[in-house]
Amino acid sequence: MRNPYRTQKIAFFFLLLSTLLIVVPVGLIVVIIIQKGLPAINWQFLSEVPQQGMRAGGIFPAIVGTFYLVSGAILFALPIGLLAAVYLTEYAKDNLLTRIIKLAIVNLAGVPSVVYGLFGFALFVVFFKFGASILSGSLTLGIMILPVIITTSVEALESVPASFREVSLSLGVSKWQTIRNIVLPNAVPGILTGTILGLGRAAGETAPILFTVAAFYLPQLPASIFDQAMALPYHLYVISTQVPNVDEKVRYGTAFVLLALVLSMNLVAIVIRSKFRKKKKW
Amino acid sequence: MRKAKEFIVEKLILTCGVASIFFVALIFLFLMKEGLAVFKTVSLSDFLAGHKWYPISEPPQLGILPLILGSILVTIGAAIISIPIGVGSAIYIAEIAPAWAKEVLKAGVELLAAIPSVVLGFVGMVTLVPLVKNVFNLPTGLTALSGSIMLAFMAMPTIVSVAEDALYSVPKNYKEGAFALGATQWQTIWRVMLPASSSGILAAVMLGIGRVIGETMAVMMITGNAAVIPKTILVPVRTLTATVAAEMGEAVVGGEHYFALFAIGIVLFMISFMINVTADLFLHKRQR
Repeated sequence: MRNPYRTQKIAFFFLLLSTLLIVVPVGLIVVIIIQKGLPAINWQFLSEVPQQGMRAGGIFPAIVGTFYLVSGAILFALPIGLLAAVYLTEYAKDNLLTRIIKLAIVNLAGVPSVVYGLFGFALFVVFFKFGASILSGSLTLGIMILPVIITTSVEALESVPASFREVSLSLGVSKWQTIRNIVLPNAVPGILTGTILGLGRAAGETAPILFTVAAFYLPQLPASIFDQAMALPYHLYVISTQVPNVDEKVRYGTAFVLLALVLSMNLVAIVIRSKFRKKKKW
Repeated sequence: MRKAKEFIVEKLILTCGVASIFFVALIFLFLMKEGLAVFKTVSLSDFLAGHKWYPISEPPQLGILPLILGSILVTIGAAIISIPIGVGSAIYIAEIAPAWAKEVLKAGVELLAAIPSVVLGFVGMVTLVPLVKNVFNLPTGLTALSGSIMLAFMAMPTIVSVAEDALYSVPKNYKEGAFALGATQWQTIWRVMLPASSSGILAAVMLGIGRVIGETMAVMMITGNAAVIPKTILVPVRTLTATVAAEMGEAVVGGEHYFALFAIGIVLFMISFMINVTADLFLHKRQR
């Protein structure tokens, strides 16, 4: 006879095993990058331009480029994403249009990153004649992170109790004023979380910037938004596949900086979220 | 005056609300605009089923079958690895893990989702690729297998989080009912929880696969990029995404190669569109 408790034990063992098969490699990846990347980090590495065909020197232009790209993306995506979230939570009725909007957001989130690259190239670089530039790259990344901003902002706005709105409206305040003065301020932490997650996503993506902005090697810093720029993820791709005989330290160092940047953004987002949850007064 | 301002603001909000639809349409439109021109030189069937991808020979041969097979091979490999592991750990995290471990494990999975794909590709290059090379005694470790393993890791966070949500959304009294009938915890999971959340888990699997098909950088870095029809999983392959990423820089704007790469973009867009719409239907079915 089969013993149900033994079956359970075997099943639970395999479930635990599969969980460990995810979590342990993740830990290993992070440990490897820290262990080999951290020793490469010093002030020179962070503040100098690459030298000897990117085999030595620093990664300063790539850091600056990523900073510009990410700022541009968020400048574009935050206002649109936030207002879209306001529409979905405050104005949208339960009808076909709303259903299609939600489906479009899901699809926007699922479009392969390299397809964003193609699209950004066709629209911004060629059609609008922005050329390969920070502007084209930022706009492409901005459209890509739009779904992240919208979905997290919707969550934040939905978590503001309906009674807040009702009280404000019953005092004769108009709908938009209610949203601006009551709903949005109470949703700020949630919106901030979404914004930072979007920033992290934009900082780490490579494929959308491949043809829209990324420069292989560019010692001087970009002077305007119509210039090309280097970017951290693309730089890591270049020095690990395109340039032979790059010092291990430079590769691991670049990977470390990129990973640290993205993970610290995620960490900040998580901290804000959990603090906000504890402080909730309703 | 105030009314006018209110009116303008509300119109602005509506505009942003429909912006997502506008952008999806715009992406599709521009892919079509640049990609459809390729069918002036090759027929649709030659494009999709042609065995040779030599875009810069004269005349160019633009058959993407090797690339499609490359994508399918890598995706099947990744699915075989990631589905049982992903669903298994979703069950563990949602149903079995003690409360303190739950948070740690969830954070670990979220961490994996946050790692940029180019970093995963880099780590794969320095760890996984030599390992595959040595274990199977191959001339190169840049193979479909390495790509599958790496991609499985990129699909897992999606599978785990969506499947976990599906398990949480099963009404509590289902579980209580099973316990009351004397079922063990595992019997409850296997006979009650899994069937009850099956459409959500199916959606999780589909979204995970969607992630795999669309993934670009890691795949380009560790699959070896040989555009030939693969016979086994231990040879280099080239996927649809990697082809676009690797060749777009050299393609002349307005040339056949350029059009062909956008046509690949159309194929990728349609695949992801179908996967997302179907997955959304499954998720909606569950909510009703």
